[in-house]
Parts: sequence; structure tokens; C-alpha cells
Amino acid sequence: MPLDCGAALGPFTMAYRTYGTLNADRSNAILICHALTGDQFVIDRHPITGKPGWWSILVGPGLPVDTNRYFVICSNVIGGCMGTTGPQDIDPATGSPYGLNFPVITIPDMVRAQKLLIDHLGIDKLFCVIGGSMGGMQVLEWASRYPEHVFSCMPIATAARHSAQNIAFNEVGRQAIMADPDWCGGAYQILDKRPHAGLAVARMAAHITYLSETALHRKFGRSLQDRKGITYGFDAEFQVESYLRHQGITFVDRFDANSYLYISRAMDYFDLAADHGGVLANAFRVNGQGTPVRFCLVSFSSDWLFPSRESRAIVHALNAAAANVSFVEVETDKGHDAFLLDEPNFHQVAHGFLEGCAEHRGLTPPRGPR
Amino acid sequence: MMPRDRGAALAPAPLRHGAPLRIDLKLVADMIAPGSRVLDIGCGDGTLLGYLADAKRVDGRGIELSMDGVHACVSQGLSVIQGDADTDLVNYPTHAFDYAVLGQTLQATRNPRQVLQHLVRIGRHAVVSFPNFGYWRVRLALGVRGTMPVTDHLGFAWWETPNIHFCTISDFDHLCRDNGIIIEHRVILGRRSESTAWTSRLHPNLFGEQAIFLLRHA
Repeated sequence: MPLDCGAALGPFTMAYRTYGTLNADRSNAILICHALTGDQFVIDRHPITGKPGWWSILVGPGLPVDTNRYFVICSNVIGGCMGTTGPQDIDPATGSPYGLNFPVITIPDMVRAQKLLIDHLGIDKLFCVIGGSMGGMQVLEWASRYPEHVFSCMPIATAARHSAQNIAFNEVGRQAIMADPDWCGGAYQILDKRPHAGLAVARMAAHITYLSETALHRKFGRSLQDRKGITYGFDAEFQVESYLRHQGITFVDRFDANSYLYISRAMDYFDLAADHGGVLANAFRVNGQGTPVRFCLVSFSSDWLFPSRESRAIVHALNAAAANVSFVEVETDKGHDAFLLDEPNFHQVAHGFLEGCAEHRGLTPPRGPR
Repeated sequence: MMPRDRGAALAPAPLRHGAPLRIDLKLVADMIAPGSRVLDIGCGDGTLLGYLADAKRVDGRGIELSMDGVHACVSQGLSVIQGDADTDLVNYPTHAFDYAVLGQTLQATRNPRQVLQHLVRIGRHAVVSFPNFGYWRVRLALGVRGTMPVTDHLGFAWWETPNIHFCTISDFDHLCRDNGIIIEHRVILGRRSESTAWTSRLHPNLFGEQAIFLLRHA
């Protein structure tokens, strides 16, 4: 498969999970796109952490993304570390792990790989493509690149381009990894080392950006960890420190440092308007006409990593392209992470949007009373 | 924006699915051709859009300021965005819709003239409804009692009202004329919601409580 960077990747492996049953006319498939550190384990327990699937609150039997009705697919992105080919896999050219010899990948590359998977599964048109954060970037790319193969889509808590602030945060994470002597210029696997400290710091810094000040304060305040008073040292004295350290330490068990570099870089490069002459609306035009894809954008009021104004900019571009678009800003103090949490308003909107789309797609008979 | 009136006294029109449709919404719906593309600005909880989709197979979209309204709309499968008539209409291309509808919202916008100009640009036709500030009860309140009017359709005290740009039917006629907007059709609702009441026909600006205009750009 040709990549945006000019290199080619192949043959490569795509690891994916499916849930539910594909119907006879193959019209009920939903593709879920995961975020930076997500994976294909949407519903079922994670094989390493043993925790429930990352979107098991939204996707499953009887849930808004109902696996009794829809055939749900989620694949690990290329460059990932949960089975799809990434920097930790063996480079057939050298017989050693790719490491930094892995080609730099982009969001469009991830989507092209997913398209190959969808073709392989014999699905011509996805009923819906859903994703949050980096997953939302992939959703936008799908809608823009393959409008004839996508009936509807839900880009959630995302943006049409990564902001300078977000690139800056990603760079802090990458520098933390690279500053770890065990990173070894990216060749740590050959030397049987792991830059756990650097990757943990990267995760800690990123995790702060997924929360909000209000949520952090509500959860931890200035509470101390297992002690009555401050001890004038650099232990994790505050609960918030202990929490972040835990986030960092557990993350390194399930994630590869080089994958983190590559995937975070792909986010930085994402700029949908730049790929269309600097006009975002052009990303959603097909032969001069508005896109046939139905959109539902969702943002969260306290998300400062992908603030509502980013979603609103996409909505304005979609309006300019006369697209069929819904947009809801969900009121919450849980920050960017809200898209993964129990947000009833978000889940009702997702359910309502999918119901409406199912009606238009002919998956359900037209409704009676509204 | 949720509808700016608190009027519940109007007789409901029969609706296919049983739910009552306010008479002014029914009159708006009557102006819209089946199967057309409609943008409802200030669509509230989506009552009109839902009716148009069910009864007239309309391809409808909405803009609504209140989160509750947007949430209600999208949850029932309507295509609605959270947005503001004053700021968001500029993004829509010319003639993107057959009809741009502004129901009971004009008086709550910051720049009604600009909003109106966008309506007749975005829609091949525009449908605008608003409460008539020239209605005799309004005049009575201000002219005789000397207080800001609070009626069935203007149900807010002056200090809490979101309605900041009231006009009379005559004012609206003038605004259309001065901006090259053609009035294709006009329905005046009197006290008993009868557009044919002789009083409303005789002197709409005095006896009309609400007005619904079908407009297009010249």
C-alpha cells in the first residue's frame, strides 16, 4: 500500500474485531475508529489489562450502537501495537523490528488501510463510521475520501486539523520518550530494553489534557495520598500525583513507545483543509455537489483539547457544502475523556442519529409518531 | 431558539400522528411544498421539522440555540445543529434550500434585517412568523395602562424577555419593501386564530395578533 510519505508498506497485517452479524445485503456495517492509544477491543475485555472494552458503555447489545442490529468492525490502526503492523513488528527487508525504519504514517494512510479491510470483508458501503478524538479525524477522512462508501458518520470530540497547542503537547510526550536512555534511538527492542519511564511520562502529560480542571479538582482536590500531612519530599504526596503515576505505569504494559511516536505524529500532520486547497468545505464536496454523507458531530463543553469551536468549524464547512449535518455540544465537566464515559445526553444523541439514519437507509421501517 | 411565545390558547390543528400542532406552525407548514428542502431556523424541539418530514416528506434541517432543543431534535433523528441565527446563517450557500423558515424568532435576533436578508438568500422562499406589536391589546397596555405589554403571545415581563426587536405588521411590510423582498403571501392570525376574521382583514395591523409571511428575493 502506498503511503503519503512516499514509501510503501506491504504486505502488512490488520488486526480487527467484529461484533454482531452482517445482514444479507451487507448494509448494516458500522466501522469504529479508535483514538491515539485505543485498539480494536471495543467491547470485549482487553487481552493485556483485562479491563472491559474501551467503548463497552456505548457499543453492545441494546446499547446506542446496538450489536443486535449492526455489524460493528474495529481495527487497530497501522503503526499500532495490538496486532496491526507497526514499528515493533519485523521488517521483512532486514529481519529485525522496524523501529524507526517504519515509514511515517498519516491519518489518510490509516483510513486507506481500513478501506482495504472493508473491501476484504465484502462491504461496499458502511452504514456509519464512528470515532472520537483521533478516531474522529479518521471519520472525517473517511467521509471526505470515500463519500460514496459511507452512508453516515459521527466525528466526536475531534478537529479537522491538529492545533498548535495539541502538536505541542504531543511533542512533550515524544521528547519524554526520546529522552529515556532506554529508548536507544528507537532500537530498544533489539537491545532488549524498554523506555518505560519516558512512555509513562508521555502518558501522564497527555492524560492531563484528557481531563478538565473541574474534573481533576472534583476527583482529587488537594487530597493527600495515604498520609495525614505533607512530608516535604518528592513522593507522590498528592492523590492526583499518585493517580497520574498509576496511569503512566499501567500504560507501558500495553503500549509500544515507538507506536506512540508514530501515531501521535500522524495526528499532528492531520489537516483536512490543507489537503483540499485550504478550503475545508471542499473536503466535503463531490464533483462540485454537497456530500451525500449524513453527519452528526458531538463535542463536549469542557473539552479543551478538542474544544467545541473545532467541531463548529467543521459544521460551518459542512453547511457551506450544503451537507446534512447535526451538531450537539454536550454539557459536561469531564473534559475530552467525556466521549468515553457515561454521558447520557451523548448516548441519546448517538442513538437518535443512528435510528434516523437506519430509517433513511431502509434498515428499519419508517417510524410512526415522533 | 425555542419559540418566543408562551401561547397555548390556540386551537390545535389535526396532525397525522395525533400530536397537536400549533395553529401558527400548521399555517407555516401549509406554505411549504411537499418534498422540498427546508431549513428551520429556531426550530425549538423540532415539532415543525418532524411534522414536515412525516406529513410532507420534506428534507429538513434545523438550527437551534438552546441545547435542550438541539438534543431533543437530534435524539429523534432530525438533522439539527446548535447555532445562532445572527452568526451562523452566513455560512450557508445561496439557494441551498427551497424554504428558509424563521418561526417566532425574528424579534429575538440582534440584527433582524440581516437575518431576513440571509433568509431570502439561503431559501428560494422564506417563511417568517412573528407576533404583531401593533395588536390592539399591545397598544392598549402601552397606550392606556402605560405598561409594557404581556399577552398570550408576548408572555415575558420586560426585564426577562429575549424579544429585543419587536415590530408591527406595517413595520415588517416596510422592511421587506425597502430591501427588495417580495411578499408572496401573508396570513394574519387574529385573537381567535382566524385568519379570515373580518376584523383582521379590515385592519390587520390592529387586529392581527400574529403574522406569517411567505417571501422571496426580488
